Amino acid sequence: MSDKSHDSDDSEDILKTAAAWRDQGKSVALATVVATWGSSPRPVGSQLVIDEDGRFQGSVSGGCIEGAVIQEAKAVMTGGGVRSLEFGVSDEQAWEVGLACGGTVRVFVERVE
Amino acid sequence: MKRTLLDQLNAARDGKRAVAVVTDLADGAQALVYGADTEADSGLAPAVVAEARRALTTDRSGPFEAEDRTLFIHVYNPPLRLIIVGAVHITQALAQIADIAGYAVTIIDPRRGFAQSARFPRFTVATDWPDEVMKAAPPDGRTAIVTLSHDPKIDDPALETVLRSPAFYIGSLGSKRTHGKRLARLREKGFGEAELARINGPIGLDIGAKSPAEIAVSVMAQITQARHGKGS
Repeated sequence: MSDKSHDSDDSEDILKTAAAWRDQGKSVALATVVATWGSSPRPVGSQLVIDEDGRFQGSVSGGCIEGAVIQEAKAVMTGGGVRSLEFGVSDEQAWEVGLACGGTVRVFVERVE
Repeated sequence: MKRTLLDQLNAARDGKRAVAVVTDLADGAQALVYGADTEADSGLAPAVVAEARRALTTDRSGPFEAEDRTLFIHVYNPPLRLIIVGAVHITQALAQIADIAGYAVTIIDPRRGFAQSARFPRFTVATDWPDEVMKAAPPDGRTAIVTLSHDPKIDDPALETVLRSPAFYIGSLGSKRTHGKRLARLREKGFGEAELARINGPIGLDIGAKSPAEIAVSVMAQITQARHGKGS
């Protein structure tokens, strides 16, 4: 019997990784897709965990916005607070980071204390 | 996210308890809401707790506007379960496909010859009778069950148990004729037409599947369809 205790939409255990990386003494941030419009590559609830060394696991898109999210995550790790980021075709920045699928996503970034 | 909340969340998930994280998107303040049968003082407004429990029931994470605050309700439900009755050839493929799709798979076959672990290297096979296994871990609304043994002595008790449960999908292998005979036996046991209509038989979406692996794909597709309320 396989024993899985994760969000049914995710095959990696992001939250366990977040705890493990904190246990290693690393600063850790968590990014979560909190809303989507149109076609978006990852559903609401998808998560990405990032540490201070730039290690990451999971995804909030098909790979197109992870780079920008990781930058914001590093800012949250050092500066604290939370961020709500929006990526979409109507957004100039989205073209720069290449959300080519045509949808819009809102990503919430927080530090794991 | 505070470490204490992360640890409580991971503990709930390890314990296969349904739990939702409610986050205030403006300042990151968070609280946990457990499933309806658990008392917990989350400090949240009753309307927010009710909405979080509704989200757990519908298995849907999303934003929620509460007064002047935008909240995000993140649902963490225990994994979906698939119970496969009959450790047959199709089961070898179906167990793997379901595992990849995120299901916790239970295989049941009281015939020890079929249940050899060499045929299911990554899964344990329960060799008790299906109704006994399911008594120990009753099917819930996040459980799918398929009967594939082709043996009424094994499949029928499983169906009798699962028809009294809220399982979201029930499927039984067998031709139209076999399925007709199966329904007749269950009618004699006192099941009504509405209950019997819950059984998908012949099993699987009609995609022309022939090989055991293809049949497993058609079954997994039908389970997926039922899970998202798109069933016929």
